[in-house]
Amino acid sequence: MEKGKIAVLAVQGAFAEQMERVSRLGAECIALRQKADLMQDFDGVILPGGESTVQGKLLVELGMLEPLRDKISKGLPVMGTCAGLILLAREIGNDAHGWLGTLPVRVRRNAYGRQLGSFHTEGMVRGIGTVPMTFIRAPYVEETAQEVEILARIEHRIVAVRYQNQLGTAFHPELDADNRIHEMFLAMCEKG
Amino acid sequence: MSEDRYTLNKQLAQMLKGGVIMDVTTPEQAKIAQEAGACAVMALERIPADIRAAGGVSRMSDPKMIKGIQEAVSIPVMAKCRIGHFAEAQILEAIEIDYIDESEVLSPADDVYHIDKKQFKVPFVCGAKDLGEALRRINEGASMIRTKGEPGTGDVVQAVRHMRRMNSEIAKITSMREDELYEEAKRLAVPYELVVYVHEQGRLPVVNFAAGGVATPADAALMMQLGAEGVFVGSGIFKSGNPAKRAAAIVQAVTNYQDSRILAELSEDLGEAMVGINEQEIELLMAERGL
Repeated sequence: MEKGKIAVLAVQGAFAEQMERVSRLGAECIALRQKADLMQDFDGVILPGGESTVQGKLLVELGMLEPLRDKISKGLPVMGTCAGLILLAREIGNDAHGWLGTLPVRVRRNAYGRQLGSFHTEGMVRGIGTVPMTFIRAPYVEETAQEVEILARIEHRIVAVRYQNQLGTAFHPELDADNRIHEMFLAMCEKG
Repeated sequence: MSEDRYTLNKQLAQMLKGGVIMDVTTPEQAKIAQEAGACAVMALERIPADIRAAGGVSRMSDPKMIKGIQEAVSIPVMAKCRIGHFAEAQILEAIEIDYIDESEVLSPADDVYHIDKKQFKVPFVCGAKDLGEALRRINEGASMIRTKGEPGTGDVVQAVRHMRRMNSEIAKITSMREDELYEEAKRLAVPYELVVYVHEQGRLPVVNFAAGGVATPADAALMMQLGAEGVFVGSGIFKSGNPAKRAAAIVQAVTNYQDSRILAELSEDLGEAMVGINEQEIELLMAERGL
Protein backbone atom coordinates (compact mmCIF):
# COMPACT_ATOMS: atom_id res chain seq x y z
CA MET A 1 0.00 0.00 0.00
CA GLU A 2 1.27 3.41 -0.96
CA LYS A 3 0.89 6.44 1.27
CA GLY A 4 -1.35 8.98 -0.40
CA LYS A 5 -0.63 12.61 -1.15
CA ILE A 6 -2.13 14.85 1.52
CA ALA A 7 -3.36 18.41 1.00
CA VAL A 8 -3.52 20.74 3.99
CA LEU A 9 -5.84 23.73 3.93
CA ALA A 10 -3.41 26.63 4.45
CA VAL A 11 -5.59 29.75 4.51
CA GLN A 12 -5.11 30.46 8.23
CA GLY A 13 -4.13 28.66 11.43
CA ALA A 14 -1.79 25.86 12.44
CA PHE A 15 -1.33 24.37 8.97
CA ALA A 16 2.48 24.27 9.16
CA GLU A 17 2.24 21.89 12.14
CA GLN A 18 -0.05 19.54 10.18
CA MET A 19 2.23 19.60 7.13
CA GLU A 20 5.25 18.90 9.25
CA ARG A 21 3.58 15.90 10.92
CA VAL A 22 2.26 14.42 7.69
CA SER A 23 5.68 14.79 6.02
CA ARG A 24 7.40 13.21 8.99
CA LEU A 25 5.07 10.22 8.66
CA GLY A 26 6.29 9.77 5.11
CA ALA A 27 3.40 11.17 3.09
CA GLU A 28 3.78 13.78 0.38
CA CYS A 29 2.16 17.03 1.36
CA ILE A 30 0.84 20.13 -0.44
CA ALA A 31 -0.73 23.39 0.75
CA LEU A 32 -4.12 24.69 -0.38
CA ARG A 33 -4.11 28.49 -0.39
CA GLN A 34 -6.29 29.31 -3.39
CA LYS A 35 -8.76 27.77 -5.79
CA ALA A 36 -6.12 26.78 -8.35
CA ASP A 37 -4.42 24.59 -5.71
CA LEU A 38 -7.55 22.41 -5.59
CA MET A 39 -6.99 21.36 -9.21
CA GLN A 40 -4.05 19.18 -8.18
CA ASP A 41 -4.43 15.49 -7.46
CA PHE A 42 -4.45 14.45 -3.81
CA ASP A 43 -5.73 11.54 -1.78
CA GLY A 44 -6.82 13.26 1.40
CA VAL A 45 -7.26 16.71 2.91
CA ILE A 46 -6.59 18.07 6.39
CA LEU A 47 -8.49 21.06 7.77
CA PRO A 48 -6.25 22.42 10.54
CA GLY A 49 -6.89 24.34 13.74
CA GLY A 50 -7.22 28.10 13.68
CA GLU A 51 -10.23 30.40 13.67
CA SER A 52 -13.17 28.76 11.90
CA THR A 53 -14.79 32.13 11.07
CA VAL A 54 -11.62 33.26 9.29
CA GLN A 55 -11.04 29.99 7.48
CA GLY A 56 -14.68 29.68 6.45
CA LYS A 57 -14.82 33.22 5.14
CA LEU A 58 -11.58 32.76 3.18
CA LEU A 59 -12.92 29.50 1.69
CA VAL A 60 -15.93 31.45 0.43
CA GLU A 61 -13.99 34.48 -0.84
CA LEU A 62 -11.33 32.41 -2.56
CA GLY A 63 -13.97 30.29 -4.27
CA MET A 64 -12.74 27.13 -2.54
CA LEU A 65 -15.80 26.16 -0.49
CA GLU A 66 -17.91 24.55 -3.24
CA PRO A 67 -15.11 22.57 -4.95
CA LEU A 68 -13.88 21.30 -1.60
CA ARG A 69 -17.38 20.30 -0.48
CA ASP A 70 -17.84 18.54 -3.78
CA LYS A 71 -14.64 16.52 -3.36
CA ILE A 72 -15.53 15.51 0.20
CA SER A 73 -19.07 14.53 -0.83
CA LYS A 74 -17.59 12.34 -3.53
CA GLY A 75 -15.53 10.47 -0.96
CA LEU A 76 -12.22 12.34 -0.59
CA PRO A 77 -10.91 11.45 2.91
CA VAL A 78 -10.85 14.49 5.21
CA MET A 79 -9.65 15.13 8.74
CA GLY A 80 -10.78 18.27 10.55
CA THR A 81 -9.18 19.27 13.85
CA CYS A 82 -10.81 21.91 16.08
CA ALA A 83 -11.66 24.69 13.61
CA GLY A 84 -11.55 22.04 10.88
CA LEU A 85 -14.23 20.04 12.71
CA ILE A 86 -16.36 23.18 12.84
CA LEU A 87 -15.93 23.69 9.08
CA LEU A 88 -17.11 20.12 8.48
CA ALA A 89 -20.11 20.23 10.83
CA ARG A 90 -23.58 20.30 9.34
CA GLU A 91 -24.75 22.53 12.16
CA ILE A 92 -23.07 24.93 14.57
CA GLY A 93 -25.19 25.20 17.70
CA ASN A 94 -24.15 28.69 18.74
CA ASP A 95 -23.46 30.25 15.36
CA ALA A 96 -25.70 31.01 12.39
CA HIS A 97 -22.83 30.26 10.00
CA GLY A 98 -22.39 26.90 8.37
CA TRP A 99 -19.46 26.05 6.10
CA LEU A 100 -18.81 22.71 4.39
CA GLY A 101 -21.63 20.97 6.26
CA THR A 102 -20.64 17.49 5.12
CA LEU A 103 -20.43 15.88 8.56
CA PRO A 104 -23.84 15.18 10.15
CA VAL A 105 -23.08 16.51 13.63
CA ARG A 106 -23.94 19.60 15.62
CA VAL A 107 -20.92 21.26 17.25
CA ARG A 108 -20.66 23.96 19.84
CA ARG A 109 -17.94 26.57 19.26
CA ASN A 110 -15.73 27.75 22.13
CA ALA A 111 -17.59 25.16 24.14
CA TYR A 112 -15.08 25.23 27.01
CA GLY A 113 -15.04 29.03 27.22
CA ARG A 114 -12.16 31.41 26.69
CA GLN A 115 -8.42 30.70 26.81
CA LEU A 116 -8.53 30.08 30.59
CA GLY A 117 -10.75 27.10 29.74
CA SER A 118 -8.17 25.54 27.40
CA PHE A 119 -6.72 22.29 28.77
CA HIS A 120 -4.58 19.25 28.13
CA THR A 121 -5.67 15.72 29.03
CA GLU A 122 -5.56 12.11 27.92
CA GLY A 123 -8.46 10.12 26.61
CA MET A 124 -9.44 6.84 25.06
CA VAL A 125 -9.96 6.83 21.31
CA ARG A 126 -11.83 3.85 19.90
CA GLY A 127 -9.53 1.51 17.99
CA ILE A 128 -6.38 3.32 19.12
CA GLY A 129 -6.20 3.47 22.90
CA THR A 130 -5.30 6.35 25.18
CA VAL A 131 -3.91 9.42 23.42
CA PRO A 132 -2.86 12.89 24.61
CA MET A 133 -5.44 15.56 23.80
CA THR A 134 -4.92 19.31 23.66
CA PHE A 135 -8.01 21.52 23.64
CA ILE A 136 -7.49 25.19 22.69
CA ARG A 137 -10.68 27.28 22.92
CA ALA A 138 -12.13 24.07 21.62
CA PRO A 139 -15.53 22.98 20.38
CA TYR A 140 -17.24 19.69 21.21
CA VAL A 141 -19.90 17.72 19.42
CA GLU A 142 -23.35 18.18 20.95
CA GLU A 143 -25.23 15.71 18.83
CA THR A 144 -24.61 13.33 15.94
CA ALA A 145 -26.67 11.53 13.34
CA GLN A 146 -27.09 7.84 14.12
CA GLU A 147 -24.60 6.66 11.48
CA VAL A 148 -21.76 8.74 12.95
CA GLU A 149 -19.25 6.67 14.89
CA ILE A 150 -18.26 8.24 18.18
CA LEU A 151 -14.53 7.70 18.69
CA ALA A 152 -13.91 9.56 21.92
CA ARG A 153 -15.62 11.30 24.81
CA ILE A 154 -14.12 13.46 27.52
CA GLU A 155 -16.37 13.91 30.53
CA HIS A 156 -19.37 12.65 28.56
CA ARG A 157 -18.77 15.12 25.75
CA ILE A 158 -18.05 13.88 22.26
CA VAL A 159 -14.60 15.02 21.08
CA ALA A 160 -13.80 12.70 18.14
CA VAL A 161 -16.06 11.24 15.44
CA ARG A 162 -15.81 9.31 12.19
CA TYR A 163 -18.38 9.18 9.43
CA GLN A 164 -17.55 7.39 6.17
CA ASN A 165 -14.55 9.32 4.73
CA GLN A 166 -14.62 12.04 7.39
CA LEU A 167 -12.68 12.21 10.66
CA GLY A 168 -13.19 15.05 13.11
CA THR A 169 -11.49 15.87 16.42
CA ALA A 170 -12.18 18.73 18.80
CA PHE A 171 -8.59 18.46 20.04
CA HIS A 172 -5.28 19.02 18.23
CA PRO A 173 -3.38 15.79 17.46
CA GLU A 174 -0.79 17.91 15.60
CA LEU A 175 0.24 19.59 18.87
CA ASP A 176 1.11 16.40 20.73
CA ALA A 177 3.88 13.92 19.99
CA ASP A 178 1.55 10.95 19.51
CA ASN A 179 1.15 10.01 15.83
CA ARG A 180 -1.72 7.55 16.03
CA ILE A 181 -4.58 9.86 15.01
CA HIS A 182 -2.62 10.97 11.94
CA GLU A 183 -1.74 7.37 11.18
CA MET A 184 -5.41 6.45 11.34
CA PHE A 185 -6.18 9.21 8.87
CA LEU A 186 -3.29 8.32 6.55
CA ALA A 187 -4.61 4.75 6.50
CA MET A 188 -7.94 6.18 5.28
CA CYS A 189 -6.02 7.88 2.45
CA GLU A 190 -3.98 4.92 1.30
CA LYS A 191 -4.12 4.08 -2.36
CA GLY A 192 -5.02 0.68 -3.71
CA MET B 1 1.99 29.47 35.90
CA SER B 2 2.34 25.74 35.30
CA GLU B 3 4.39 24.44 32.38
CA ASP B 4 1.16 22.96 30.97
CA ARG B 5 -0.59 26.33 31.02
CA TYR B 6 2.37 28.04 29.33
CA THR B 7 2.31 25.39 26.60
CA LEU B 8 -1.43 25.92 26.06
CA ASN B 9 -0.83 29.66 25.82
CA LYS B 10 1.90 29.25 23.22
CA GLN B 11 -0.43 26.91 21.34
CA LEU B 12 -3.23 29.51 21.20
CA ALA B 13 -0.75 31.79 19.40
CA GLN B 14 -0.07 28.94 16.97
CA MET B 15 -3.77 28.90 16.11
CA LEU B 16 -3.66 32.62 15.30
CA LYS B 17 -0.89 32.17 12.72
CA GLY B 18 -1.56 33.25 9.17
CA GLY B 19 -4.13 35.65 10.57
CA VAL B 20 -4.72 39.34 11.21
CA ILE B 21 -5.33 40.79 14.66
CA MET B 22 -7.18 44.10 14.47
CA ASP B 23 -7.43 47.03 16.89
CA VAL B 24 -11.04 47.90 17.70
CA THR B 25 -12.57 50.48 20.01
CA THR B 26 -16.27 49.53 20.00
CA PRO B 27 -18.41 46.37 19.74
CA GLU B 28 -19.53 47.59 16.29
CA GLN B 29 -15.93 47.80 15.06
CA ALA B 30 -15.24 44.38 16.60
CA LYS B 31 -18.11 42.90 14.58
CA ILE B 32 -16.83 44.54 11.40
CA ALA B 33 -13.38 43.12 12.12
CA GLN B 34 -14.75 39.62 12.74
CA GLU B 35 -16.88 39.74 9.60
CA ALA B 36 -13.83 40.89 7.64
CA GLY B 37 -11.88 37.85 8.84
CA ALA B 38 -9.86 39.02 11.85
CA CYS B 39 -8.47 36.02 13.77
CA ALA B 40 -8.60 38.08 16.99
CA VAL B 41 -9.32 41.63 18.05
CA MET B 42 -7.41 43.99 20.32
CA ALA B 43 -9.88 45.93 22.45
CA LEU B 44 -8.74 49.43 23.32
CA GLU B 45 -10.34 52.79 24.02
CA ARG B 46 -8.29 54.70 21.51
CA ILE B 47 -6.34 53.37 18.58
CA PRO B 48 -2.62 54.23 18.57
CA ALA B 49 -2.95 57.10 16.07
CA ASP B 50 -5.40 58.81 18.43
CA ILE B 51 -3.30 58.02 21.50
CA ARG B 52 -0.42 59.72 19.72
CA ALA B 53 -2.60 62.71 18.79
CA ALA B 54 -4.15 63.09 22.24
CA GLY B 55 -0.89 62.88 24.18
CA GLY B 56 -0.95 62.54 27.97
CA VAL B 57 -0.91 59.33 29.97
CA SER B 58 -2.48 56.38 28.23
CA ARG B 59 -3.79 53.48 30.35
CA MET B 60 -5.57 50.13 30.25
CA SER B 61 -9.08 50.40 28.77
CA ASP B 62 -12.27 50.37 30.83
CA PRO B 63 -13.10 46.69 31.59
CA LYS B 64 -16.75 47.40 30.79
CA MET B 65 -15.81 48.46 27.28
CA ILE B 66 -13.65 45.34 26.88
CA LYS B 67 -16.49 43.13 28.12
CA GLY B 68 -18.81 44.71 25.55
CA ILE B 69 -16.40 43.60 22.85
CA GLN B 70 -16.06 40.10 24.37
CA GLU B 71 -19.83 39.77 24.14
CA ALA B 72 -19.96 41.05 20.56
CA VAL B 73 -17.57 38.54 18.96
CA SER B 74 -16.67 34.83 19.13
CA ILE B 75 -13.00 35.21 18.16
CA PRO B 76 -10.29 35.73 20.83
CA VAL B 77 -10.21 39.17 22.46
CA MET B 78 -6.93 40.76 23.51
CA ALA B 79 -6.35 43.92 25.53
CA LYS B 80 -3.37 46.08 26.42
CA CYS B 81 -1.87 46.89 29.78
CA ARG B 82 1.01 49.25 30.50
CA ILE B 83 4.55 47.91 30.62
CA GLY B 84 5.24 46.76 34.18
CA HIS B 85 1.66 47.38 35.38
CA PHE B 86 0.88 43.99 36.83
CA ALA B 87 -2.25 45.26 38.58
CA GLU B 88 -3.78 46.19 35.24
CA ALA B 89 -2.82 42.72 34.02
CA GLN B 90 -4.53 41.15 37.05
CA ILE B 91 -7.70 43.05 36.19
CA LEU B 92 -7.57 41.85 32.58
CA GLU B 93 -7.08 38.30 33.80
CA ALA B 94 -10.10 38.67 36.09
CA ILE B 95 -12.33 39.44 33.10
CA GLU B 96 -10.92 36.37 31.31
CA ILE B 97 -9.20 38.16 28.49
CA ASP B 98 -7.74 35.71 25.95
CA TYR B 99 -4.39 37.51 25.56
CA ILE B 100 -2.76 40.48 27.30
CA ASP B 101 -0.53 42.79 25.27
CA GLU B 102 2.04 44.37 27.61
CA SER B 103 2.35 47.28 25.28
CA GLU B 104 4.64 50.21 24.62
CA VAL B 105 1.67 51.96 23.00
CA LEU B 106 0.40 52.80 26.48
CA SER B 107 2.46 54.92 28.87
CA PRO B 108 4.94 52.66 30.70
CA ALA B 109 4.12 52.21 34.40
CA ASP B 110 7.58 50.94 35.28
CA ASP B 111 10.78 52.12 33.63
CA VAL B 112 12.87 49.17 34.91
CA TYR B 113 10.79 46.03 35.28
CA HIS B 114 8.41 44.30 32.95
CA ILE B 115 5.57 42.21 34.36
CA ASP B 116 6.55 38.79 35.73
CA LYS B 117 4.24 37.09 33.29
CA LYS B 118 4.87 33.65 34.79
CA GLN B 119 2.59 34.64 37.69
CA PHE B 120 -0.41 34.69 35.33
CA LYS B 121 -2.60 32.03 33.78
CA VAL B 122 -3.62 34.16 30.80
CA PRO B 123 -1.14 34.50 27.94
CA PHE B 124 0.92 37.58 27.14
CA VAL B 125 2.19 39.01 23.88
CA CYS B 126 5.05 41.51 24.03
CA GLY B 127 6.81 43.73 21.52
CA ALA B 128 10.48 43.37 20.60
CA LYS B 129 12.86 45.35 18.38
CA ASP B 130 15.55 42.70 18.34
CA LEU B 131 16.32 39.16 19.44
CA GLY B 132 17.58 40.13 22.90
CA GLU B 133 14.33 41.91 23.74
CA ALA B 134 12.28 39.01 22.38
CA LEU B 135 14.12 36.42 24.45
CA ARG B 136 14.00 38.59 27.59
CA ARG B 137 10.22 38.87 27.24
CA ILE B 138 9.95 35.10 26.64
CA ASN B 139 12.05 34.48 29.73
CA GLU B 140 9.56 36.62 31.70
CA GLY B 141 6.73 34.41 30.42
CA ALA B 142 5.54 35.94 27.14
CA SER B 143 3.99 33.24 24.95
CA MET B 144 3.91 35.33 21.76
CA ILE B 145 6.15 38.07 20.33
CA ARG B 146 5.45 40.88 17.88
CA THR B 147 7.65 43.55 16.37
CA LYS B 148 7.22 46.92 18.01
CA GLY B 149 7.03 48.89 14.81
CA GLU B 150 6.04 52.46 15.43
CA PRO B 151 2.37 52.29 16.35
CA GLY B 152 -0.14 54.79 15.06
CA THR B 153 2.03 56.10 12.25
CA GLY B 154 1.00 54.07 9.23
CA ASP B 155 4.74 53.90 8.50
CA VAL B 156 5.96 50.31 8.21
CA VAL B 157 9.69 51.13 8.27
CA GLN B 158 10.25 50.24 11.91
CA ALA B 159 8.37 46.94 11.77
CA VAL B 160 10.56 46.05 8.78
CA ARG B 161 13.69 47.08 10.67
CA HIS B 162 12.76 45.02 13.73
CA MET B 163 11.84 41.94 11.72
CA ARG B 164 15.03 42.08 9.66
CA ARG B 165 17.16 42.63 12.74
CA MET B 166 15.59 39.69 14.52
CA ASN B 167 16.01 37.42 11.48
CA SER B 168 19.65 38.32 11.00
CA GLU B 169 20.42 37.80 14.70
CA ILE B 170 18.69 34.40 14.59
CA ALA B 171 20.68 33.47 11.47
CA LYS B 172 23.88 34.50 13.18
CA ILE B 173 23.20 32.33 16.25
CA THR B 174 22.24 29.41 14.04
CA SER B 175 25.66 29.52 12.39
CA MET B 176 27.66 29.92 15.60
CA ARG B 177 29.84 27.24 17.13
CA GLU B 178 28.32 25.78 20.29
CA ASP B 179 31.11 27.15 22.47
CA GLU B 180 30.25 30.67 21.31
CA LEU B 181 26.69 30.53 22.64
CA TYR B 182 27.68 31.35 26.25
CA GLU B 183 29.14 34.66 25.23
CA GLU B 184 26.16 35.38 22.98
CA ALA B 185 23.79 34.76 25.90
CA LYS B 186 25.79 37.24 27.95
CA ARG B 187 25.79 39.79 25.16
CA LEU B 188 22.03 39.54 24.65
CA ALA B 189 21.41 39.47 28.42
CA VAL B 190 19.24 36.37 28.12
CA PRO B 191 19.37 32.81 29.56
CA TYR B 192 21.76 30.42 27.85
CA GLU B 193 18.97 27.82 27.31
CA LEU B 194 17.00 30.21 25.11
CA VAL B 195 20.07 30.90 22.97
CA VAL B 196 20.58 27.15 22.59
CA TYR B 197 16.96 26.82 21.46
CA VAL B 198 17.46 29.47 18.78
CA HIS B 199 20.75 27.85 17.75
CA GLU B 200 19.10 24.45 17.28
CA GLN B 201 15.72 25.47 15.88
CA GLY B 202 16.60 28.61 13.92
CA ARG B 203 13.54 30.42 15.24
CA LEU B 204 12.01 31.96 18.35
CA PRO B 205 10.46 29.50 20.79
CA VAL B 206 7.10 31.29 20.35
CA VAL B 207 5.04 32.65 17.46
CA ASN B 208 6.26 35.98 16.05
CA PHE B 209 3.85 38.50 14.48
CA ALA B 210 4.49 41.84 12.77
CA ALA B 211 3.01 44.98 14.32
CA GLY B 212 3.24 48.71 13.88
CA GLY B 213 2.49 50.76 10.79
CA VAL B 214 0.86 48.05 8.66
CA ALA B 215 -1.72 49.92 6.54
CA THR B 216 -2.12 48.12 3.20
CA PRO B 217 -2.33 44.57 1.79
CA ALA B 218 1.16 45.16 0.38
CA ASP B 219 2.49 46.08 3.84
CA ALA B 220 1.04 42.85 5.22
CA ALA B 221 2.53 40.80 2.36
CA LEU B 222 5.91 42.47 2.89
CA MET B 223 5.96 41.53 6.57
CA MET B 224 4.86 37.95 5.83
CA GLN B 225 7.57 37.56 3.19
CA LEU B 226 10.08 38.84 5.74
CA GLY B 227 9.08 35.96 8.01
CA ALA B 228 6.22 37.26 10.18
CA GLU B 229 3.75 34.51 11.10
CA GLY B 230 0.79 36.91 11.07
CA VAL B 231 0.13 40.63 11.49
CA PHE B 232 -1.42 43.09 13.88
CA VAL B 233 -3.17 46.01 12.22
CA GLY B 234 -3.85 48.92 14.51
CA SER B 235 -4.80 52.31 13.21
CA GLY B 236 -4.47 51.20 9.58
CA ILE B 237 -8.02 49.88 9.32
CA PHE B 238 -10.39 52.14 11.22
CA LYS B 239 -8.41 55.26 10.22
CA SER B 240 -8.97 54.48 6.55
CA GLY B 241 -11.75 55.34 4.11
CA ASN B 242 -13.40 51.90 3.88
CA PRO B 243 -12.48 49.83 6.95
CA ALA B 244 -14.47 46.67 6.10
CA LYS B 245 -13.03 46.39 2.61
CA ARG B 246 -9.47 47.21 3.64
CA ALA B 247 -9.64 44.76 6.55
CA ALA B 248 -10.87 41.94 4.30
CA ALA B 249 -8.16 42.71 1.74
CA ILE B 250 -5.41 42.59 4.37
CA VAL B 251 -6.76 39.25 5.65
CA GLN B 252 -6.56 37.75 2.15
CA ALA B 253 -3.14 39.30 1.56
CA VAL B 254 -1.79 37.47 4.61
CA THR B 255 -3.06 34.14 3.22
CA ASN B 256 -1.74 34.63 -0.31
CA TYR B 257 1.25 36.82 0.53
CA GLN B 258 3.40 35.29 -2.19
CA ASP B 259 0.94 35.63 -5.06
CA SER B 260 1.48 39.06 -6.62
CA ARG B 261 -1.46 38.67 -9.00
CA ILE B 262 -3.88 38.22 -6.09
CA LEU B 263 -2.15 41.02 -4.17
CA ALA B 264 -2.65 43.36 -7.12
CA GLU B 265 -6.38 42.62 -7.15
CA LEU B 266 -6.62 43.08 -3.40
CA SER B 267 -4.86 46.43 -3.55
CA GLU B 268 -7.36 47.89 -6.02
CA ASP B 269 -9.92 50.47 -5.06
CA LEU B 270 -9.55 50.32 -1.30
CA GLY B 271 -10.33 53.99 -0.80
CA GLU B 272 -8.13 56.27 1.19
CA ALA B 273 -5.40 54.75 3.34
CA MET B 274 -4.66 56.32 6.71
CA VAL B 275 -2.68 59.50 6.19
CA GLY B 276 0.19 58.44 8.39
CA ILE B 277 3.24 60.26 9.60
CA ASN B 278 6.81 59.52 8.63
CA GLU B 279 9.21 58.20 11.20
CA GLN B 280 11.28 61.42 11.04
CA GLU B 281 8.24 63.55 11.85
CA ILE B 282 7.48 61.81 15.12
CA GLU B 283 8.41 63.34 18.43
CA LEU B 284 7.56 60.34 20.60
CA LEU B 285 9.19 57.04 19.69
CA MET B 286 7.03 54.41 21.39
CA ALA B 287 9.28 51.57 20.28
CA GLU B 288 11.99 52.88 22.62
CA ARG B 289 9.77 52.14 25.63
CA GLY B 290 10.78 49.06 27.63
CA LEU B 291 13.96 47.28 26.54
